[in-house]
Parts: sequence; C-alpha cells; structure tokens
Amino acid sequence: MENITPQLYTLLVFMVIGSIVAIETRNLLSAVISVSAVGFALSVAFLFLGAPDIAITQLVVEILVLIILIRGTILLDNTAVELHRDTLAVIVSLIFFGLILGFGAMIFGSRGFPEFGEPLMNVSRVYVMRGLPETHAANIVTSVILDYRAYDTLGEATVLFGSILGALAILRKDGKVAKKEEVVPA
Amino acid sequence: MTVYFLCVVLLTMGLYCLVAKKNIVKKVIGIVIMEYAVNLYLIIVGYKTGGVAPIVEPGMGETALERFVDPLPQALVLTSIVIGLGVLALMVSMCIRLYEKHGTFDMSHISKLRG
Amino acid sequence: MKGLTVIVKTITDFVVAFIVIFGAYIVLYGHLTPGGGFAGGVIVACAFILLMLGHGKEVAFSRLGERMGHVLDSAGALAFLLIGWIGLAGGYFFLNVFGRGDQFRLLSSGMILPANIAIAFKVGTSLFIVFAALAVFRRRSFRSMIEDELS
Repeated sequence: MENITPQLYTLLVFMVIGSIVAIETRNLLSAVISVSAVGFALSVAFLFLGAPDIAITQLVVEILVLIILIRGTILLDNTAVELHRDTLAVIVSLIFFGLILGFGAMIFGSRGFPEFGEPLMNVSRVYVMRGLPETHAANIVTSVILDYRAYDTLGEATVLFGSILGALAILRKDGKVAKKEEVVPA
Repeated sequence: MTVYFLCVVLLTMGLYCLVAKKNIVKKVIGIVIMEYAVNLYLIIVGYKTGGVAPIVEPGMGETALERFVDPLPQALVLTSIVIGLGVLALMVSMCIRLYEKHGTFDMSHISKLRG
Repeated sequence: MKGLTVIVKTITDFVVAFIVIFGAYIVLYGHLTPGGGFAGGVIVACAFILLMLGHGKEVAFSRLGERMGHVLDSAGALAFLLIGWIGLAGGYFFLNVFGRGDQFRLLSSGMILPANIAIAFKVGTSLFIVFAALAVFRRRSFRSMIEDELS
C-alpha cells in the first residue's frame, strides 16, 4: 500500500492557509467561501484516510453549510468587517496553544499514546471481526452506528431535532402576542 | 506526530477567530474551523498505515480484515458532522435575528445598545 | 418572474429526479456500500433546496409542503424510536430482533435498513424545513425593512 503522508501534509497545509484567509479577510463573503474550501479539502483528506462514509457525508454537508452561510450573510448591504487588533485575545489563544501542546507532550511521553498509523483498536477489533457474521451488514461503520451503538444515534437524532426546533422558533414568522395587542385597541 | 501538531494549529486558529473577532459571523466561522480540526484529529487517530476502508467484500479472509482502519471513530464523527450542521443552522438564524434587531453584525455595537 | 433564469430552470427540472434517485440509492444500500441515512437524507434535502433556489419557494412547497415536511420530520424520529422499542421484545432496547437474511443482499441485516430509511426522512426533511424557514424569513424581513423606510 502506498504511503499517504505527503498527500495528507499537502491537504493539511492547504487547510491551514485557507483558515488564515477565512479568518483575516475583510469581506464576509470571501470568508464564507474560504471556510468552505477548507471543508472540501477536509472531505478529500477523509477519502485518503480510508473513511469514504465520512467523506460523502462531509462533502454533502459542506454544500449545505455553504448555502446556509451565504443565505445568512449575503442579504446585507454592508459585508465589510471593521479592522481591529485585540492583543488579549492573541495572548489567550497562544496560552491555550501552549497548554494543548504541553498536555500532548505529557501524554506522548508517559502514557504511550499511539503513533500515527498504529491505532490501538482494542474495542474495534471485536466490531471488525464479528460485524459481518453478527449483523450481516458489509459496511462496518453502519453496523456500529445502527446496531451496536444505535442508542448514540438516537441521542444524535434528538440533538438534531432540538437544534432545528430552536432555529424554527427563532425564525418564527410573527410574534402572536404583538398581533393580539394590536387587535384589541382597534 | 507532525500531523497531530497541524491539527492543534488548526484548532488554535479557530479558537483565536472565536475569541478575537468582533463580527458574529466570523465567530461562527471560528466554531466551524474548530469542528473541522476535531473531526480530522479523531479520524487520524484511527488510521492504520496501509489501511483500507472498513467495508467487507465477498470472499475476504481474516488477513484482509486485519488491514481495516478503526471504524469506531468514524461512527462517532459521522454523528458529529450532522450535529454540527444543525447547530450551524441555529447559530445562523440567531445571527440573522440579531442583524434584524440591531442592524449590524458587530458585537461591540450590539453589546453597547442595552434594551 | 420568480426564481433564476430559464437555463437554470431547465437544468434543474432535468437534474432533480436524478439527485433524488441517487439519494435513495445511498440510503437503501447504506449497509452494503459507503453512505447511509445521514448522507442520503442530506442529498435528498439538497435536491429540494436546488428546486427552491431555481424556481422560487412556491414550486418547492408544491412538491413538499411545509406542513407535510413537519409531519415527515416527526414521523422519521418516531419511527426510529419505534424500531428501538421493537427491540424490547427480545429483551433490550435497540436489540436487532428481525431476521438477518443472506449476507451481501439488499434485504438483510434486520433493522438496519428500516433505521436508515427513518433517519433519512428525519435528516432530509428537517434540513429542508430549516432552509425554507431561513429563505422565507429573509424575504419577509427585507420587505418589511423597506416598507419601514418608506413610511
């Protein structure tokens, strides 16, 4: 099997550059399109990493993210972003960067965190070996999310239901209370 | 090793965008970038060198099954992506409501206008 | 004239049926090939969103009404819950009690196929509804803002 590390590094560097453009550009539409480019690169990276399920889902979801973000921002007359510098935020971000790297080094040093390309797979070996005989589903990911761990998927559906319900409540057409108050004096 | 480092860089850039920018759409973009970084990290942890996608084909033996990448992080990330889309719709609708009420996306202007 | 140009409308009419068929394939073969309820549901939602972008909201709502969308959304969630309750017959929540069938066949693997279909209905219709709410809200609030300016 060929080595995928060069392709992965290329895609990751592309994602970092795209994120810098998305963060620092002054035009909101450019920022939205740049973040979408990062998402499409992520989809290709999933394809290289042996996850076609995730790649398909990420690709399709990215299209919807682009449409929703553009729908939300393009209606406005003024999409330019004011320039400002916030040194405190830079310091906070750098502190968190150092903290994450420090914890990562601690775990790598002492606990034997798996290197890239050598996963532990203590639990997953059972799923891989017994997935087809037990559930008769050739796609092991589907057999995990809908058979072994279907309870998680039920929770996920509940979260999606709640967030969509919240969005619909925020975007409700007219306030009913206000309408009633208008009717009464007339 | 360097792959994990680049994931952390991506996460920190999303955090910087979330903390430093005053524009609320930029804050939403920062959250989206952090979500990408975490999803990519989880999938990279489950990658096996020379691995193939965890889909069984007819006539595969035990040795072929040994080459599968880890399916468990993929199952968790699959739900995480769809949840991210629902939460993004919620955040964008909040942004539109705020723009309709205050006429601006700028957080400092919005927090100055009390009431 | 509602919607975009006649070129976009013609292509949209031609392509929408194929997108829906592709989404249905992704859902139905989710346990044999890459894909599944989530990806297929979002693809079907994309077909209706394309219809709404190309033709305007009246045409899209005539294919799938807003009320019907709410009904299908809730029906998908309830169907998934019901599949979990059926598992109680064998002793556990979400126990796969249906017959397994032959390996590598479409009608196999028990409850995974109906669960995929239920999730596809839930994800697809809910995303279509929220996009429709965003689009309709924008049009209405923009008009009301202009009317406020004029009065």
